[in-house]
Amino acid sequence: MGIIKASKLGFDYFKYNEEGEDPEVFRAIDRVDLDVQEGQFIAILGHNGSGKSTLAKHMNALLVPTEGTLWVDSINTSSEEDLWKVRQKAGMVFQNPDNQILGTVVEEDVGFGPENMGVPTEDIWERVEKSLKAVGMLGFRDKSPNKLSGGQKQRVAIAGVVAMKPKCIILDEPTAMLDPNGRKDVLKTVRQLNRQEGVTVILITHYMEEVIYADNVFVMDRGHIVMKGTPREIFSQVEELQKYRLDVPQVTLLAHELRKAGVDLPKGILTIEELVNALC
Amino acid sequence: MLRDITLGQYYPADSVIHRLDPRVKLVGTLVFLVSLFLFPGFSGYLLATFVLFSVIKLSKVPFKFMVKGMKAILFLLLITMGFNLFLTQGEPLVSFWIFTITKEGLYQALKMGIRLSYLVIGSSVMTLTTTPNQLTDGLEKGLSPLKKIHVPVHEIAMMMSIALRFIPILMEETDKIMKAQIARGADFESGNIFQRVKNMIPLLVPLFISAFRRANDLAMAMEARCYHGGEGRTQMKPLAYKKRDRIAYLLIFLYLAASIAWRIWGGALF
Repeated sequence: MGIIKASKLGFDYFKYNEEGEDPEVFRAIDRVDLDVQEGQFIAILGHNGSGKSTLAKHMNALLVPTEGTLWVDSINTSSEEDLWKVRQKAGMVFQNPDNQILGTVVEEDVGFGPENMGVPTEDIWERVEKSLKAVGMLGFRDKSPNKLSGGQKQRVAIAGVVAMKPKCIILDEPTAMLDPNGRKDVLKTVRQLNRQEGVTVILITHYMEEVIYADNVFVMDRGHIVMKGTPREIFSQVEELQKYRLDVPQVTLLAHELRKAGVDLPKGILTIEELVNALC
Repeated sequence: MLRDITLGQYYPADSVIHRLDPRVKLVGTLVFLVSLFLFPGFSGYLLATFVLFSVIKLSKVPFKFMVKGMKAILFLLLITMGFNLFLTQGEPLVSFWIFTITKEGLYQALKMGIRLSYLVIGSSVMTLTTTPNQLTDGLEKGLSPLKKIHVPVHEIAMMMSIALRFIPILMEETDKIMKAQIARGADFESGNIFQRVKNMIPLLVPLFISAFRRANDLAMAMEARCYHGGEGRTQMKPLAYKKRDRIAYLLIFLYLAASIAWRIWGGALF
């Protein structure tokens, strides 16, 4: 069993009318099966409302399944007494960097998680230093988060999660509010954490360019996992992706159109270099 | 405009004042504020001025940051001084039309002016040299005996520190919404006071909605990072009194004693 395993996971949102009666049931995720091995870099793709954020919140036990079961490092997330263990094992980074930083100084914010876990004081300092170094923000440790750029804030948020020494980090559209440079920095940081520290990464996004380095990609639509495979396998099915209202990276699209026009190219080209090599 | 209020804006620097225990600073600020109302006359304010400026000097915070906080209360300051200046009965100095400035009025106005500005500057020194987290840690620890009578001290402290953290963010947001609404033709500048208040609605409604949304997000982010109240929580920067804190307490005590003495015996001096 992998670090995160879901079996027939289902979750219902209730939408109440103005009198607070007759809830309208809305199925956010439905019969989702998932098995993520430790150390992997997983990307979950999906259009707005596909249920990808709901799924992410389950992995951190912020939501508990209506149906089915989810295990994080073999702990059932539905069992209430293990709630804090789950949250320590699977850290979560959210979309808006402003709304997840509590500290008024960078290092105090990074220390927030370990403080909550009851880590002794000296160890907190060690963890804070290590995790700030891991995201390349050590030089900003005594700065105010308000003075940082979006990408820097998001890296502080990642450090805040890393300081809790999780086995797995779930990033829920961490780059959606960032400029291209911030996006690049955050992704680089995430990839480094995955490769150097061996942290399992689950990246939720709707930017195709971000998933080409993933080991495995899951595509969600209307609460179901509709496609899974390596980025190459996924991106070779351009028409199917477009059916789920997802755009493939420009290079892949160009290669796809060229292939349709009769140029002899392999399927699933992901980077500009690959296309250049294939063409020349 | 709004964001000029320095309250909750920490100025990072390496100084004795920054390193003091927040409890010391809290007590010190309180004593300073009390002393402003204890001093009977201007001679006492000389001491207050001396103390305030030495502390500012020691804190290494540029003076202009202290004055920034003053802008916010400028209006209040002018009104208070104006009322005192014109409405105090006594020996007339100058009089024109229906206004009379009396000697007592001038004296009162100056006194109120000094008190108010020192109040703001004095508290700014504290908020500029103490991170809100330290401040709330200080409050939490200082008030922890109240836990025995079931006062949720930790929760209150946490709420305060979050409020302080979000003040600048919400200010920025206000600014943004204001500009967005102005771009759509909203008018915040003209009309009488009632119309102006009414015109604020398109500003306040989106602001409240976004504040609630932020609160919701933040609560989730805190839970995701294992926050579950004060129980079993350790601290990254636990408070412990050091030698400099004891010395500071001694100085604060001496200052308080001096201002009380001034109150009792110094009235005759001025």
